[in-house]
Amino acid sequence: MNTLTKSEAPISSTQQPRPVLEVVEVTIRYGEKPAINKVSLSIPQHRITAIIGPSGCGKSTLLRAFNRMNDFIPNVKMEGQILYMGSDIYVREVDPVEVRRRIGMVFQKPNPFPKSIFQNVAWGPSINGFTRNLEARVEQSLRRAALWEEVNDRLHESALALSGGQQQRLCIARALAMEPDVILMDEPCSALDPVSTARIEDLMFELKERYTIVIVTHNMQQAARVSNLTAFLENGSLVEFGETDQVFTRPRNKRTEEYVTGRFG
Amino acid sequence: MKSDRLRRRHATAKIFRLLCAAVAWAGVVILAVLLFHVTREGIRWLDFQFLTEFPSRFPEQAGIKSALWGTVWLITLTAAISIPVGVAAAIYLEEFSPKNRLSQLIEVNIGNLAGVPSIVYGILGLVLFVRFLALGRSVLAGSLTMTLLILPVIIIAAREALRAVPDSIRQAAFALGATRWQAVRAQVLPVALPGILTGVILALSRAIGETAPLVMIGALTYVAFVPEGPMDAFTALPIQIFNWASRPQEDFHQLAAAGIIVLLVTLLLMNATAVWIRQRAERTGR
Ligand SMILES: Nc1ncnc2c1ncn2[C@@H]1O[C@H](COP(=O)(O)OP(=O)(O)OP(=O)(O)O)[C@@H](O)[C@H]1O
Ligand SMILES: [Mg+2]
Repeated sequence: MNTLTKSEAPISSTQQPRPVLEVVEVTIRYGEKPAINKVSLSIPQHRITAIIGPSGCGKSTLLRAFNRMNDFIPNVKMEGQILYMGSDIYVREVDPVEVRRRIGMVFQKPNPFPKSIFQNVAWGPSINGFTRNLEARVEQSLRRAALWEEVNDRLHESALALSGGQQQRLCIARALAMEPDVILMDEPCSALDPVSTARIEDLMFELKERYTIVIVTHNMQQAARVSNLTAFLENGSLVEFGETDQVFTRPRNKRTEEYVTGRFG
Repeated sequence: MKSDRLRRRHATAKIFRLLCAAVAWAGVVILAVLLFHVTREGIRWLDFQFLTEFPSRFPEQAGIKSALWGTVWLITLTAAISIPVGVAAAIYLEEFSPKNRLSQLIEVNIGNLAGVPSIVYGILGLVLFVRFLALGRSVLAGSLTMTLLILPVIIIAAREALRAVPDSIRQAAFALGATRWQAVRAQVLPVALPGILTGVILALSRAIGETAPLVMIGALTYVAFVPEGPMDAFTALPIQIFNWASRPQEDFHQLAAAGIIVLLVTLLLMNATAVWIRQRAERTGR
């Protein structure tokens, strides 16, 4: 392994623990036009992987493929394989509901249920049969999402009364309550102010001890700050994938360099 | 030049506003006149005895008991059948069925069914329920006919309410590993409930005033008893009103007016209940 040439180093020097998610030659089409074109990459455990790229390049499409949320969009066709812990999640025997229990998701716009804070966090576990110690589980999830201190005296009030940043952390807590392995985040801070954004970034640092995180972001600084690995997509193709340091300071591809330095996109 | 155009725009806005106000008030005024007229006619007959007596040849002894109870039976049964069926159909069409040609065809057809004249449903009810299923002129046959009549309205309203629920709520539920039914049952339905209730009440309000299909299936016009079960014969408020109004004597016309007041109050009570339920649902939803 130490005979690798320098140009290959970034990918393998990740020396990542085993990959949690592996994307193998994946092509995703809406109708005819491919939105993701022959993309292969693997997402290592307990790391933050950022997906960046210009608008419309297919970041959300790829992210949704990881927990089969594309199933809900009509006319989506996928080729290739996505492996979770080594097994294909798109074969017929796999129940997509099971996949989504293990691979949680946080959306771009905070989308709490119009119910109480407690009910928001408790619902996921309770429909999946974890009804014991529900209170403790809710508290733990809210603590991990750095929201407990702010809401512990009003757990039974409406989640819609929270600020945008608090709502987004509630959505993170809600995902955490399922105790997933992987958390997918699609531009989780794009609707938030800098203070809330900083809080969520801090949170991601803490969360990666336990979880694998994949984040889509338009914010280059954010990708550079929080992620361990960065994938750069353009027009549905993977242009570059490697250690975030390397991608931002010594990109191997000209397009990547132009994009991360803000010369286009 | 510029301020000239601005002034013209303001003038247009003002004219339009006045026009809208005029139309809205015209409606209110006509309704008020109608109410006033009916009340003045019927108030004399409207007493407790009117509610507790059966119809009679003598106006002084005539009451509306059988019709009132007939309507209560009719609407209760209709609600019990049409709400579950209609809401379930709407949930299936909106949340489960694939969106393709067939579902579009069904959608258009339901829209058309909502516009079919009620007498046609009466004929269908007569053939299907009264004769073929041999339910006779029972309150059950009437309720089933009314159910046919208002199902399209309930389905359309419930679908609209479900469609108005933001997709982000479904996405959030699915991303937590909910099945479709779990997502609909726990997250989508509660949000849609106030809208569904509004549609249901509008539909039932329509049913309460319908006369033609009941005449068609042969609801009786002179009934001196209260239905005791779904298979009993019955009459209903609009039929009793029609019956009185078509008699030559002035006294009976006034009785008809009193009957109209009872009908209107029943409607009002139903609507008030609906508003109350809806507000409660909205409050607990927050
Ligand atoms: N539901 C859909 N139906 C049809 N085409 C779609 C759909 N969703 C996305 N696309 C197309 O797929 C391509 C990739 O979309 P995607 O949402 O994955 O981009 P993105 O990288 O997330 O963009 P953004 O940064 O703006 O969120 C785009 O060209 C888009 O038009
Ligand atoms: Mg996107």
